[in-house]
Amino acid sequence: MRFEPRESVTLGWQVGAPLLAVLGSMLLCSGLILWAGADPLSAWRLLIKGAMGSTFALTETLTRATPLIFTGLAAAVAFRAKLWNIGGEGQFYVGACMATWLGTGIITLPAWLMIPFLFLSGALAGGLFLLIPTWLKTHLKADEVVTTLLLNFVVLLVVNWLVFGPWKDPMAMGWPQAAPVIDQAMLPILIPKSSLHLGFILALACALAVWWMMRFTIWGFEIRAVGASLKASTFAGMPVQATIIRTALLSGGLAAMAGVSELCGVKGYLTLDLSPGFGYSGIVVAMLAALHPLGVVLSAIFIAVIYIGADSMSRAITISNYIADVTTAVSLLMVLLAMFLTRYRIRWK
Amino acid sequence: MDILSLFLETGFWLATVRMATPLIFGTMGELICERAGVLNLGIEGIMAAGCMSGWTWVFLGGTLWGGVLFAAMVGACLGLLHAVFTVHLGLSQHVTGLGITMLGASLSSFVFRMLLPQVTTPPKITPFAPLDIPVLSALPFIGPVLFSQTALTLLAFVLVGVTAYVLLRTPLGLALRMVGEHPLAAEAQGLSVLGLRTGAVMVGSAFMAVGGAFLTLAAFDAYYIGMVNGRGWICIALVVFSSWKPGKALLGALLFAAFDAIQMRVQQQSMTGIPYQFYLMLPYICSILALIVMSRKAAYPKALLVPFRKGER
Repeated sequence: MRFEPRESVTLGWQVGAPLLAVLGSMLLCSGLILWAGADPLSAWRLLIKGAMGSTFALTETLTRATPLIFTGLAAAVAFRAKLWNIGGEGQFYVGACMATWLGTGIITLPAWLMIPFLFLSGALAGGLFLLIPTWLKTHLKADEVVTTLLLNFVVLLVVNWLVFGPWKDPMAMGWPQAAPVIDQAMLPILIPKSSLHLGFILALACALAVWWMMRFTIWGFEIRAVGASLKASTFAGMPVQATIIRTALLSGGLAAMAGVSELCGVKGYLTLDLSPGFGYSGIVVAMLAALHPLGVVLSAIFIAVIYIGADSMSRAITISNYIADVTTAVSLLMVLLAMFLTRYRIRWK
Repeated sequence: MDILSLFLETGFWLATVRMATPLIFGTMGELICERAGVLNLGIEGIMAAGCMSGWTWVFLGGTLWGGVLFAAMVGACLGLLHAVFTVHLGLSQHVTGLGITMLGASLSSFVFRMLLPQVTTPPKITPFAPLDIPVLSALPFIGPVLFSQTALTLLAFVLVGVTAYVLLRTPLGLALRMVGEHPLAAEAQGLSVLGLRTGAVMVGSAFMAVGGAFLTLAAFDAYYIGMVNGRGWICIALVVFSSWKPGKALLGALLFAAFDAIQMRVQQQSMTGIPYQFYLMLPYICSILALIVMSRKAAYPKALLVPFRKGER
């Protein structure tokens, strides 16, 4: 068995391969559903229905997709430059902390100023936070995979301290949570009686902006060039250092915006479970989209469908909702496989 | 609190060695993978899988050692999956590793829930009992610290010696290191690069899983979802810290376990005004600092992260 690089890849195959991968992973996970004593076909139908079957279900799904678009973009941008930012989870909470700090009464602005202010300051904090491991990478050669990952735990412990200590809301009946942000900081709801908030529109806008930047600007070109070959871009006289710093600011900023959006759009106050791993899922989202900013929107919605759908499926037929996590993990691996097959053909001999 | 008196306490050292055990297994496993040129970020999930599968084996009526063996096999299977993706297909070791971590962790939780659908307090098993080796455990200080541990802890120490010997003193070890440093040269010697790397990742992953199994079969007696709790990631930092040397890795694991043990004592005494969360941060911050110090002169295996394909160079 040998692998040969393909000379050309048809567009149909490029789009079809991830779809086939998703189908394959659903097939694999059907085994688990069978084991749980349920019928896979009706289980998947329940999942789709639970995630997209009604306006309510659909808005729930899009609400869940919102932070995933942000963290997915964060991972996609960084990975394009081969900056392995695994710290989306930490940057998420940095953003949420900034929004809590500035949004709970220190400053009062009208909503149309307050919301952009919180997003900008959150993004700035997240971006600057990612600069720490980035600087360690460029100047001290400390592997950023490990440092960004370890910093996630540090940030979570800081949040833990904040919500149990100085930021603990005395009105929260002893629950470890910070005070809610002021009304002007809350994101407006897009569709009445749903949870879908302005953050979703903002996430879409960010995806468009990132796509435009990567595709049409010098900065985007530089990010892609540094990722494709560090040596070649250094040799070509590109501002490699500046590019990596810009990438880090952008990536960390996007992940932090997920935190602001989730805090000001959904919950309203900081808790330890504000993110059920949005930072890590963002990596899956980015990979499913083959690091394409517009693809990130679709794959974020896909992951959200699995999570929201699996929740209602697990309630309808008694099956553990960890099936959502398993499906996501299997999808990631299957998409990797599909991406390999788009680049190589197998020769049996 | 008097920190100095802490270091004279046998209990403290006993706890340190016990807490180091999963780290030792995990770090040895990761070290073997990386020496062969494969970064295994699946470690956190592989440890979780080992944790769960070892416990389940015993819970369903198997023996303790059977549980360890079963965990090792589950680990080796996940390692094989990682090897197929990274070694044979040459896909990104970072992303595949994260995928394995997610798969290992989520499958463990899923299977656990399948086996025990509606339990609030996890059922318990009888874990490994501390050994009392007749003569050795009577030795002052060293005795209780080293020889009143469970058999798995002793196994961990033995494993470090064996790994060091095999890796640095045998032809197999030479072949493994060559595959991690210069796969082309290894191939020219007639060695199977893909085969050696696959083997290394499988064996390494089996060790990681045993590290996870230690948690449920010796340290605690029940399985909790999320109980690996970042230990796998610490192991990855420890491998860099040790500059890929088994002996130093053992020291590193003990050092970090000591931090953990100090943190727990200080937390209990709460004499200082520092919130306990900051003590919990110590292992992570120290890992980062160690990484910075060691990375400067780090001798990475040259072919780490570089996929090898026949006929391509």
